[in-house]
Amino acid sequence: MNTMIIDGRRISFEQEANVLQVIRGAGIDLPTFCYHSELSVYGACRMCIVDVAGRGIQAACHTPAEDGLEIKTNTAKLRRIRKMALELLLANHDRDCTTCDRSGSCKLQDLAQRFGVRDIRFGQRDVKAPIDASSAALVRDPNKCILCGDCVRICREVQGIGVLDFSHRGSKMTVSPAFNKELHDVECVNCGQCAAVCPTGALTVKNEIARAWQAIHDESITVVVQIAPAVRVSLGESFGLESGKSVMGQLSTALKQMGVDKVFDTSFAADLTVMEESSEFLQRFQSGTDLPQFTSCCPAWVKFVEQYHPDILGNLSSCRSPQQMFGSLAKRYYAQELGIPAEKLFVMSIMPCTAKKFEAGREEFQTEGRPDVDVVITTQELGRMIEETGIDFAHLEPTSLDMPFGFATGAGVIFGVTGGVSEAVLRFAHETVTGQELEHVVFQEVRGYEGVKKASFDMAGTTVRIAVVHGLAHAAELLKAVKAGKEAFDFIEVMACPGGCVGGAGQPISAQMTASNQNRGSGLYKEDQLLQMHKAQQNPMVNSFYQKWIEEPGSEAAHLSLHTRYGSRKRIQGEAYELSQQPEASVDVQVCVGTSCYLKGSVELLKNLKYQVGKDEIDEQVKLRAAFCCQQCAEGPMVLVDDTVMNRVGADRLPEVMHEIKDKIAKQRQMLRR
Amino acid sequence: MIQSPAELQNLRDRYAKGMAQQKAGILVCAGTGCVASGSLEVHAALEHALKEQGLHTSVQLLLEEESTGGVTAVKSGCHGFCEMGPLVRIDPEGVLYTKVKPVDAADIVAALDNGEPVERLLYRHPATQQVFVKESDIPFYKHQTRVALANCGHIDPNDIGAYIAKDGYQGAANALSMPPQDVVDNVLEANLRGRGGGGFPAGRKWSIAASVDADQKYIICNGDEGDPGAFMDRSVMEGDPHRIIEGMLIAGYAIGASQGYIYVRAEYPLAVERLRQALSDAEAWGLLGDNILGTGFSFALHVKEGAGAFVCGEESALIASIEGERGMPRPKPPFPAVAGLWNKPTIINNVETLANVPDILRRGVDWFKNSGTPSSPGTKTFALTGEVANTGLIEVPMGLTVRDVVYTIGGGIRKQMAFKAVQIGGPSGGCLTEEHLDLPLDYDSLQQVGAMIGSGGLVVMNEETCIVEVARFFMEFTQNESCGKCVLCREGTRRMKEILQRIVDGQGAESDLGLLEEVGESVQAGSLCGLGKTAPNPVLTTLQYFEEEYLAHVRDKRCPAGVCPGLKTFAIAAEDCVGCSKCARVCPVDAISGKVKEPFVIDREACIKCGACVDACKFGAVVEVA
Repeated sequence: MNTMIIDGRRISFEQEANVLQVIRGAGIDLPTFCYHSELSVYGACRMCIVDVAGRGIQAACHTPAEDGLEIKTNTAKLRRIRKMALELLLANHDRDCTTCDRSGSCKLQDLAQRFGVRDIRFGQRDVKAPIDASSAALVRDPNKCILCGDCVRICREVQGIGVLDFSHRGSKMTVSPAFNKELHDVECVNCGQCAAVCPTGALTVKNEIARAWQAIHDESITVVVQIAPAVRVSLGESFGLESGKSVMGQLSTALKQMGVDKVFDTSFAADLTVMEESSEFLQRFQSGTDLPQFTSCCPAWVKFVEQYHPDILGNLSSCRSPQQMFGSLAKRYYAQELGIPAEKLFVMSIMPCTAKKFEAGREEFQTEGRPDVDVVITTQELGRMIEETGIDFAHLEPTSLDMPFGFATGAGVIFGVTGGVSEAVLRFAHETVTGQELEHVVFQEVRGYEGVKKASFDMAGTTVRIAVVHGLAHAAELLKAVKAGKEAFDFIEVMACPGGCVGGAGQPISAQMTASNQNRGSGLYKEDQLLQMHKAQQNPMVNSFYQKWIEEPGSEAAHLSLHTRYGSRKRIQGEAYELSQQPEASVDVQVCVGTSCYLKGSVELLKNLKYQVGKDEIDEQVKLRAAFCCQQCAEGPMVLVDDTVMNRVGADRLPEVMHEIKDKIAKQRQMLRR
Repeated sequence: MIQSPAELQNLRDRYAKGMAQQKAGILVCAGTGCVASGSLEVHAALEHALKEQGLHTSVQLLLEEESTGGVTAVKSGCHGFCEMGPLVRIDPEGVLYTKVKPVDAADIVAALDNGEPVERLLYRHPATQQVFVKESDIPFYKHQTRVALANCGHIDPNDIGAYIAKDGYQGAANALSMPPQDVVDNVLEANLRGRGGGGFPAGRKWSIAASVDADQKYIICNGDEGDPGAFMDRSVMEGDPHRIIEGMLIAGYAIGASQGYIYVRAEYPLAVERLRQALSDAEAWGLLGDNILGTGFSFALHVKEGAGAFVCGEESALIASIEGERGMPRPKPPFPAVAGLWNKPTIINNVETLANVPDILRRGVDWFKNSGTPSSPGTKTFALTGEVANTGLIEVPMGLTVRDVVYTIGGGIRKQMAFKAVQIGGPSGGCLTEEHLDLPLDYDSLQQVGAMIGSGGLVVMNEETCIVEVARFFMEFTQNESCGKCVLCREGTRRMKEILQRIVDGQGAESDLGLLEEVGESVQAGSLCGLGKTAPNPVLTTLQYFEEEYLAHVRDKRCPAGVCPGLKTFAIAAEDCVGCSKCARVCPVDAISGKVKEPFVIDREACIKCGACVDACKFGAVVEVA
């Protein structure tokens, strides 16, 4: 057993990676901004500095835990430095706390209080950077950024994307997307994990509370709420209840008190998803086509595929996500049942997820030009709405949900935790394939929180291979192996957020992310246990819904309202960059400099073209531009001369391009003469 | 292709013999400083003059035809005496011509024949007017001991043969004949300390990396010299690139690395060019690549250009930069010697450190320890700049005093002014005062007074230098060059700069000095990397040694050196003013008024303190008042 002396106490430790963990384990909450055990050690905030005997002042987060260390965490000098770091951060921080979304859950605010920073001797922040509210899911306010890099690392390390990074240096350093573009213009998948780790209000969930209230207060509108599985086990945290405790009953009461008309459960739609997705899977599995089948419930994952792996779009399940299935059935069928026009029905989702806000706005999910889901409110936002009403949530009497969509089985409920979709599908598929009733419904192999879980199941003599991933970086890794033929699966479940939806960025902010996520997950499994039914196919409401409206899983009606298809987003949205400065030019020449064409020498071609155009003295007439990917990658390098497309333009074909350009100029001149 | 140590020796002898056959060798300095003042034209003129006289020969001819006589004119690296450039050295006598122009070429060539040096081009001591014929007699050179710079200015850096003729690659040959551990032990025993700043013993780094088991290890040469005014690494890279390659070869062998990178500032294009040339020559001659000198050791080198960030001189930021990442320091541990470039054990040594290695292996540990002090053996290069008579690049034994460097080698303060301070170690170093003039220049002595050798920048200041402005300048530099990663460095240096700016603008308060110290101490103690940890040094040392000058700024609103424009006040002495109105006419803001032939007055509120009136007044009537 290793030991170290911390502030005079001998502390034993075993596996701790660094001194910080040992100190925290010893019951001392040494503060940090940039340390997360899930991310790489960054060492920038300097809050966890300690005095190590013989080594002087070191940051505890990057000091390996070694036997025999002697550590002081609370000396006059350390306190002075920490307080100075806080004062310096605050001097450069937009200190408009009262109107900040993160007031109360802001680490900077909290530590400033803890350290008693009362006087900031360096004035106010001198620049006001524009706030980026372009994204459907997130708001980025650089004026509140303390440059801890948590968002940068979680996006890169956990999601494998890297939307955000540092630019500039010294006091001019900022965190921003590439070229300081807006979030909606870049490859952000809206998972919001950046906002979940952000210690301040620099990255926040887009607040749509006002829209929700507006609909609730509008007497002419019927507001129908759907509550996602993961919400019930986390909302309580906003009211001081433990994470993992289901508060579905109280939630129903609260929503009704707030003025909502109907309270339903997205788990019902999840049951429906199990029916559709399992049928789809069994059909693919039996015919051996489009395997592996990937889940498509997670909108961040879907956008990830659209952006980076459009070649596997066909492998995605064509099922809409439970949220969108619910929206569709509410607008198409439920409005009819209520006897009101669809536009008078307002679907409000309560989601653990920020990407659901983006998903609800997708063109695919509109019926007659109107969105199926009208507003998406995250768990956090709902907590705030309830707070505003003054309802004593913790002491509410529970009430049951409305019918028919308030009825769910355990299969739909466990959708909210990683592995849940797979388990729900297994519960269906197993019975369908074997024709025998499944007694033991727990599939332990797909439970747990490892990044990638792999399991095989025997079903009536055939083996079904399943992989479950959470975190898009893990997904990308697995996909690479699958594409390379190193691994093969029949069914792959992907959730973008750590732990699945329970770890969604719309959930209440937690200082102990991993622990809270796992408590919430356990809460869902417990809820499954307590429920009467555990298999989607048992859900009587689902069955009657099929009978009444869409016959059976996979039917034409089902496809119309419960399925969809997605398209490639590989092309970078954005303007072409002008290289020559002749506004009076008459011929538009675009050379594709997307990655593929670039690799085939298009930049060389562009340079030569520019040179040749200048040499031939037609640069006045030629508007030469670099274009981003024109998606003719196989045919590249590609050149567009006005509307004439020229493919496979190698360096040797420069004369041809020049000929084409001159031809166009000549023709235009003729026209002008006439 | 040189395939064995014996072949290397043969080549050395043949080359030396060939060179000895020439009548004379002309070395024109082609360091960046001399090139800027026209040395390439001088070189062309000399070649032309030699051809006209039928004296011109080349190294190639000397080697191939066994010809005798003739004169070579080659472009060398920096001679160091940049103040007097363009410099031309005549070998074998070692005559040094200074401030040479192309028109002097004919006379220089003629002098080769008649044996009488061209007197007007010889160095004349500004104080004593004594004329020096030989470079080695000039006080600037006489007190130097050149090891890292031994060949700079003495050989053609683009000629690998010239390096070999100066016993080049002998150290490597010796090293390759020993077990690697012995090489490490040699460097450990020599106590060669890192010349880039911290002074960490190179041998200790090497032994850590040597002891780690890994399929791949790397050796990196840190040529990201970024201190303002420092150019010793550039000179070695430009003037003697093979010395660095040899040093890296030895280091690579010692720790078991087969790959190396030379990380050079992109702002040093000449260094990059010469290193690339040297690399490809060394490869062609078999001194890099597979099975070097038939010993079975293989070693490959790459040149990596930096991206213009000062912070990339910090080891882990440099590694990140090579990996293609943003140049930001990483937390340590793990130290690069354990997990560095691409997570492999990596040794990063500064250019000058590596430039010392070949001689340690060739001439021995005892020889190395002969110079310098017991705790800081060997020599150190310094870039001597500022208000000193002889600016330039020098190399002296460690332990020489500041006085020796400034007065004996540097020729004292310019314009006979009084010495005020010397800023040592660039933006990371500290300011030393007159009381430190007899302080020995070595790692430990400097550290004791809050300064550091750093890479060896020495900026000499006279009484006309405002110390607060100097501190502000360095703070502005570090603030701009801070990578922005850690809070204390990013925000702290920025606020320190703001406070200093306030003080030089005349807006400072006495409480600012305490705040400056408080922020400085936090930044120093709490920053992530060396840049932040040392950034406050110029401020903290000047606060300590020049408190009165700071107080004059904040309390008396006065800049004793008369530098800070915000603290200047001008007035017209009525008794000296003849009322010519010239001052009023040159004043750009019409702050001066009066009647002709009567004393004029300055409106202090309107005055922008540009000093135009002072320059305009022929009667000295406009005076600066406190």
